[in-house]
This record gives sequence, C-alpha cells and structure tokens, in this order.
Amino acid sequence: FPGLADVSISQDIPVEGEITVPVGSHSPDEDYSTLDEPVKDTIMRDLKAVGKKFVHVMYPRKSSALLRDWDLWGPLVLCVSLALMLQGGSADSKDDGGPQFAEVFVIIWFGAVVITLNSKLLGGTISFFQSLCVLGYCVLPLTVAMLVCRLVLLAGAGTISFIIRLIVVGAMFGWSTLASTAFLADSQPPNRKALVVYPIFLFYFVISWMILTFTPQ
Amino acid sequence: MAAPGAAGGGRSGAPAAEWGGFEDNMQGGGSAVIDMENMDDTSGSSFEDMGEMHQRMKEEEEEEAEGEAGAGEEEDGEFLGMKGLRGQLGRQVADQMWQVGKRQASRAFSLYANIDILRPYFDVEPVQVRARLLESMIPVKMINFPQKIAGELYGPLMLVFTLVAILLHGMKTSDTIIREGTLMGTAIGTCFGYWLGVSSFMYFLAYLCNAQITMVQMLSLLGYGLFGHCITLFITYNIHFHSLFYIFWLVVGGLSTLRMVAVLVSRTVGHTQRLILCGTLAALHMLFLLYLHFAYHKVVEGILDTLEGPNMPPFQRVARDIPVVSNAVLNTTAKAIALTL
Repeated sequence: FPGLADVSISQDIPVEGEITVPVGSHSPDEDYSTLDEPVKDTIMRDLKAVGKKFVHVMYPRKSSALLRDWDLWGPLVLCVSLALMLQGGSADSKDDGGPQFAEVFVIIWFGAVVITLNSKLLGGTISFFQSLCVLGYCVLPLTVAMLVCRLVLLAGAGTISFIIRLIVVGAMFGWSTLASTAFLADSQPPNRKALVVYPIFLFYFVISWMILTFTPQ
Repeated sequence: MAAPGAAGGGRSGAPAAEWGGFEDNMQGGGSAVIDMENMDDTSGSSFEDMGEMHQRMKEEEEEEAEGEAGAGEEEDGEFLGMKGLRGQLGRQVADQMWQVGKRQASRAFSLYANIDILRPYFDVEPVQVRARLLESMIPVKMINFPQKIAGELYGPLMLVFTLVAILLHGMKTSDTIIREGTLMGTAIGTCFGYWLGVSSFMYFLAYLCNAQITMVQMLSLLGYGLFGHCITLFITYNIHFHSLFYIFWLVVGGLSTLRMVAVLVSRTVGHTQRLILCGTLAALHMLFLLYLHFAYHKVVEGILDTLEGPNMPPFQRVARDIPVVSNAVLNTTAKAIALTL
C-alpha cells in the first residue's frame, strides 16, 4: 500500500471520540433519563404496557406490539397467580395429590423454553424472549378459567359443576392455543406450522389438565 | 538447544533472543530440559496463575500508560510473585499458554452452546413425521439388507412429551400419591430416563455386537417405538379392562417391537449378536409398557371396593378423627388454664 507508507502514528497521541450511530426509531426516552421521573410514572407506564398486551391476547389480531416490546412481567404475574390458585389442592401435607407451587412454575417456564427452542430449531425467525413473552401472556385465558373453576367449586363439586368446568376449561384452552398460534406461527416457514403448533397444544393441554383436575380438599 | 518438553505449549513461541539468556537461569547445571517439578513452590504454569498474571499485567499496563513504559520487567516478574519462572522466557511461555487456552475455551463454548448443532436433526416436514409414525408400527420383511433409519429427533422428542402428558393423565385419574417428589417430576423422569437410558444402553450393546447404528439413529428408532406405547396407554387409561390391556400390549406393543427388532437385525451380522440385541430390546420395550400400565394405574375393582360398604374411604376417616383429637386438646388446655387461674 504505497499511500500508507508515510503515515506514522505516534504512540503519544490518544485517539478519542464517540462511535455512536444515531438510530432513528428509538423511543423518546433516549433524550432524557427516566431516572428522575416519579415512581408512579414508571409503574404506570409498565402497567399500561402489560395491560395493552393482555388486551392483545384476549382479542388476538395480527399486530406486532406483543412481539416488538416484549416483557416478562405479565407472564410472571400470571404464572404466580395460577400457581397460587392451584396450591390449595389438598390440606393434608402428607398426601399431596395436587401440584405444588414450584411444580406449576417449573412446568410453565420449562415448557415455554422447550417450545421456544423447538421453534428456533425448526427455523423460526422469532427471538428467544419474544417467544417466551407470547407463550406466557397466552396463559391468561387459562388463569381466567382457573378463577371460574374455583368459583364454581365453591358452589359444589357434583357432575354438573364438572361439566361446566370442562366446558369453560376446554374453551379457554382453545383460546390460548389459537392466540399463541396467531403470534408464533407467522414466524415459521409455511409448511411447518403444524410442527410448531403441536407442542404448544400439548403445553396448554397439560396446564388445562392441571386446572380441570383441581379439587380443593 | 533447549527442549522444553515439560513446558507444554511453548512451541511456537519465544523469539530466539530470549533463549540466549536461558542458560543463565538453569538450575540443574548443564541439563537441557526445564524440569517444572523442581521449581520452587508454584510451578507457575497453572491456568489460574496465568489468568491472574494476565489480568494484573493488563491492569498495570493501563495504569502505567502515561508514565514509565517498560519500567523494570524484572520488577514486574518479582512483583507478581512468580517464584519459579524468571526472565522473559517464562512469562512468554505462560502468556502463550494462556492465549491458546483462552482461544480454545471460547471456541469450545461457541461450538457446544450453539443450538445450531441440533438443527439438522429437526429438519422435517409434517408429512414425513406422519409417515414415520405410521411406519413404526409396520415390521419390515427384508432383513438381509440394512434398513434405512432416519436420524431425526423432532418426532421422538414430541412422542416422549406426549407420553409424559398421557402418564400424567393416568396418574391423576388413578389418584396416585407420590410422597417423595412430584407427579410431573416422576412422569418426566420416567419417560426421558427410559428414552435416553435405554438408547444409550442399546447403543453400547450395538457397539459390542458390531451393529451398524449411530446414537442418533438409536434415539430415533426407540423414540418412534414409543408411538405404540402412547396409543396403548391412551386407550387403556380411559377404558379400564385388564383383558383389553393385554390384547393391546401384545398387538400394538408387539408390532412396534417387531419393527425395531427387524431394523436392528438387518443391521447386525451373526446369529449370537442378533439374538442378544433383539432379545434385550424386545424385553425392555415390552416390560416398560407393562410397568407403565401397572405402576400408575389402580385396579378398578379395588377402587370400587373401598368406595362401597360401611367402612369410609381413608381420607374421610382421617377427617373424622381430627375433631376428636382437637376436642381432647381443647379439654386439656381448658383444664390447664382453669388450674392456673
């Protein structure tokens, strides 16, 4: 390189500067620090984001808001409330036929991780946490079903209540699976959608089964 | 000149100038080999020491950037406390070893933590999966020609999870009580343990018996063989007839076992080896189905007996005793309080 032959950089001159490329689509939070705002603002902003995603799950349209700004607050809240409601399965701690808190927690998160890995291995374009976010938020219908089941069980535990619970849980299970499929199947190559939907179906089936067979002692 | 055999990775390394001073640092007189064991205390070639030394060197370089450049490398050596190695050679060698080790570790990490290794095993179409599921119940007739096994992991993995779900259903409906552990943990442990454990064992046996089969193929074969188990258990957990179970066990279990056995036989040479492999696989496969049925499934007649009759079911008996016990406790407490007052 003849042009560079006479370039000499002395060791004493430090190189300074900033290497930042301004990216256009950042939110206005980049301009000022969110550290100085009141706590209420921060909490309300996060709560609003979570609430918006809940609405997206209940009315699954093809919007990308769930995927773009993923967060795991909603899944955590749903998972904890579901696990708490499934907790009182049996009062006698020696004969524990019902699922423990930790069991439900592990099933949900471990199942979500497995589904995510599976969809990534099948050639999906969605990222790890986005997928976890979607699967976690789609547990919402099943949490609602759990609430309804508990209320129905307060009235009695006969055959009629079982049929009501079966219908409610079945409907919510279908809703969950459809909602998560609507978000996740788009990121797969078109002929492999069935391969991704099946594990999701199994995952929500296991959760629905735990809800349906819940009997408070 | 010097052949630092025990020094390990210092092959590609130190420039010839530093080696001139080597003989001055020899401890053993005219010996040409660095004997690391004879160094003072720390031989100084462990990676932790190298890492520490590297880190401290970096920090020191940052500190002394403006000031004294090259101030007393000998002082650096002593300051870092490398007792055994002196001079440039030792540090060069150690530095080389550290670099090589770090590079190898980061390469290994990026190799094994990359899930893309598994990607080729998940490259299937739904049509293929369905075809393989149906094929797993059809025994092949041609055993003189090695049969092709698809090395795919999606189908087997989904079948194992399905089996877990079916097992859970069976455990719930039969009111299985697991004391040490959880229902879910037991189900997952049983299914995955069978799939991975028996596959590994059969692979080991196949290695001993000179069968032409790889680990992934073994996993795939056994996984698809679980399809028969899934069907059988799904039906017999809901319809509790023992005779029905035995029919299903023989027919469905037998078909899938025959298929696996035929494929293995086609890939093995020699009568004794074929016998060993196929006998083991058939026994384990059929016995697993038997175990799954009986371990997690109460006999219906037994349940009916405990529900009828004047004697109450066990959990009601416990609930009845509690008021008695609590009454006794209340009485004694009341008496104790009355006495003290």
